[in-house]
Amino acid sequence: MAREIPYIAAINEAIHQEMARDESVLYFGQNLATTENDEFLKAFGSDRVRVTPISETAEIGMAVGAAIAGMRPVVELYMAEFMLVAMDQVVNEAPRFRYMSGGRVKVPLVLKAGYGFTAGWAGQHTGSIYGMFMGIPGLKVALPATAADAKGLMATAIRDENPVCYFHHYLLTLEPGEVPEGEYLVPFGQASVRRSGGDVTIVATGWMVGKALAAAESLAAEGIEAEVIDPRTLVPLDIDTILSSVEKTGHVVLVDQATRHASASALIAAEIADHGFSALKAPIKQVTALDASVPYSEPMEAYVLPDEAKILCAVHQVLGTAPVAA
Amino acid sequence: MGTPTPPPASTSAELDGETALGLLRTMWRIRCFEERVAQLKRTLQVHGLIHLSIGGEGVAAAICGQLRDDDTVYSGHRAHGHAIAKGAPLDRVMAELMGRSDGLCRGLGGSMHLVDRAHGLLGATGVVAGNIPLAVGNALAARLRGSDQVTVVFFGDGAVQTGYFSESVNLAALWELPLILVCENNGFAEFTPRSAHTTVERVCDAVAPYRFPCQSVDGTDVGALFAVFAADLDLARRGRGPLLLECMTHRRRGHYEGDQEAYRDALADAEWQRRDPLARLQADAIAQRWLDEAGAGALEQGARAEVEQAVSFARASPFPALELAGELVYASER
Ligand SMILES: Cc1ncc(C[n+]2csc(CCOP(=O)(O)OP(=O)(O)O)c2C)c(N)n1
Ligand SMILES: [Mg+2]
Repeated sequence: MAREIPYIAAINEAIHQEMARDESVLYFGQNLATTENDEFLKAFGSDRVRVTPISETAEIGMAVGAAIAGMRPVVELYMAEFMLVAMDQVVNEAPRFRYMSGGRVKVPLVLKAGYGFTAGWAGQHTGSIYGMFMGIPGLKVALPATAADAKGLMATAIRDENPVCYFHHYLLTLEPGEVPEGEYLVPFGQASVRRSGGDVTIVATGWMVGKALAAAESLAAEGIEAEVIDPRTLVPLDIDTILSSVEKTGHVVLVDQATRHASASALIAAEIADHGFSALKAPIKQVTALDASVPYSEPMEAYVLPDEAKILCAVHQVLGTAPVAA
Repeated sequence: MGTPTPPPASTSAELDGETALGLLRTMWRIRCFEERVAQLKRTLQVHGLIHLSIGGEGVAAAICGQLRDDDTVYSGHRAHGHAIAKGAPLDRVMAELMGRSDGLCRGLGGSMHLVDRAHGLLGATGVVAGNIPLAVGNALAARLRGSDQVTVVFFGDGAVQTGYFSESVNLAALWELPLILVCENNGFAEFTPRSAHTTVERVCDAVAPYRFPCQSVDGTDVGALFAVFAADLDLARRGRGPLLLECMTHRRRGHYEGDQEAYRDALADAEWQRRDPLARLQADAIAQRWLDEAGAGALEQGARAEVEQAVSFARASPFPALELAGELVYASER
C-alpha cells in the first residue's frame, strides 16, 4: 500500500525500518534525539542512536571504523558541506580501505547529507557538491528526487556493502509523494524515466527533475515531446537507459544544479559523446549553475541557478526551434 | 522598561560613567537591530538563515568596544553583534541582510558572512570553528609585520569539540601568537545541550595543559567582563598570547529564527531579567546615577531610530548587478 508522505518522512521511515530489521544499523548525528520523544531513541535506545559533538572528522572516521568492525552506521550530517571538514575520512579512508586490503574488509556506511539549500543560505550551505564524490572509486552516490525514491534508495544504501553518499535535496524536504509502506528498495544503477517522449532527452537530478518535468509540460503544449530521465544514483550510473533514449530522440539537454565544471551532467555528456555520438543530431546542451559559489542576494541566487526558462531555451536550441541564445 | 524585580547590577567597579554609557549604547544598537531583523525575517524581507545574539550583546560590546579599527575580529554564524560593536555601520549591515548592493559584502555574503575591512572585521564563517585557524593566521601575519595589532576570534561552546579548535590552539600556543580566543558559552550547540557533546564542562579545562592565561567569566556581567578583557588585551597588545576568555551567556532566542525550541523550556521572564546583560548594566548605570530612566529611554529610542534609518537605507539600495555573480569568483586586482 502506498500513501502520501513527505520526502523527509520517507527517509526517516527507511532508516527506522532498516534499524528494526538489522541490529547492526546505527544512527549518529549532532542533533539526534534532542527530546525524549524522539522516534529513533524510543525504538532503538541510546546505544544505537548516538548524539555526536561537532567533530565531523571523528564522527565520520569513527563510523568508518565501526563499519569495518561489522556495524552499519548511518551518519546524519545535515548539510553536505560539513562532510568537507572530514574530507580525508570520506575520500581517502572510507572508499579505499576495502580495495587496499585486497578485498579483506568492507565499509558499509551511509553518509546522509542535505544539499542545494538555495533559499538564502549563501556560499557555504547551498552547494550541490556531489560531483566531488562521483570520481572517487569506492564511493557510491545516491540522489533521490521523489519521496518514494528517498525511501527506497535509503534502504538500499543501508544494505549496500560500500560507503554511500546519500544526498537529499533540502528544497524537497516537505514535498509529499506516494510511498509504499513496508519494505521498499530502489536498486542502485537504475534510472527512472519520469516522462516518455520522442523529440528530446532531458536528464535531470534532484530538485531539477521537477523543473525538467514542468518544462516538458510547456514543451508538450508546443508539440514537442520530451523524455525526462532521472538517474537516481550517479554512482553507479545507468548510462544505458540514457543512451537508449538518445538513440530514439537524437537530442540531449542535461540539467544539473551543480556548478558546470563539477556537475554530473559534465560526466554524462562525456559518456554520451563517447558511446552515443552517432545518434546525436545536434550538440549536447548542458543547463547547470554558473561556476560560482551561490550568492546570498535573492535575485542573484536565482541568476546563477538553472530554472525552467533556461531548460526551455536549451531545448529550443538543440532542436533548432528558436534563435540561438547565449 | 518597567520591571517588577530589578535585575542584579553589573559589577561595574572598573567602569566609569562614560564607558558604561558607551557600552549601553552599543548594546541597545545591537538589541534593536536584531529585534528588527527578526521581524523582517518573519515577513521575508530578510531571507536565508538568521542567528540572533540577543542575550550576548554584552560580550560583543565589552570586547569589540576596546579594540582599535586595525585590530582584527573573526566571527561565526552569530555575527551581527560582533560586527556592530566593531564599528560596522548599521545601515550597511542591514543592507547586507536584505541582499542589497550597498551591503557590507555587496549582498553576496548575507548574515553569516559579514566582512568590514575598514573596521577590522575580517570575516565570519558559517562553518563552526572554521574561523579559528584563520584567526591564527591573522595573528601570525600581525607578528610578522611587527605590529602590535591584536586578533580576536569569537566562537561558541560547540566549536570547542572540533579538530579545528584543538589544532589551532596548539599552534597558537606553540608560536605564542597575539591571539585572544573568545568562547561564548551559551550551553547549547543548535538543539543539543553541551552535556550531550562533551564531559568537559568549562572550556578553560579543555586548554589547561597549555598553561596560557585562560578565564571563565559571567558574560552577562558586562562590567566585570570589560575589566577582565582589558587586562587580556593589554597582554596581547604587548605581544603575549594566546589567551582564552570563556564568557558564560544565555541565548535568549532559538538557535535560528524559526526554531520551535521543542528541546528546551523557555526561560521565565524573571530569570531572563537576571541574565539580560543589557538590563543588568542599565540598572547599574541608573543606580550609579550615570543615567536616569528618561536617559535610558532615550538610548533605546535613539537606537530604534537609527535602525529604522538603516532599514530605509537598505530598502532604497538596489540589488547587486547580476554579472557580479561571475565576476567576483577570482581576484584580478593586486
Ligand atoms: C562544521 C560544522 N558542523 C555543523 C554545523 C551546523 N551548526 C551550525 S551552528 C551549530 C552549533 C554551534 O554551536 P556553538 O558553537 O555553541 O554556537 P552557538 O550557535 O551556540 O552560538 C552547528 C552544529 C556547522 N555550521 N559547521
Ligand atoms: Mg553554543
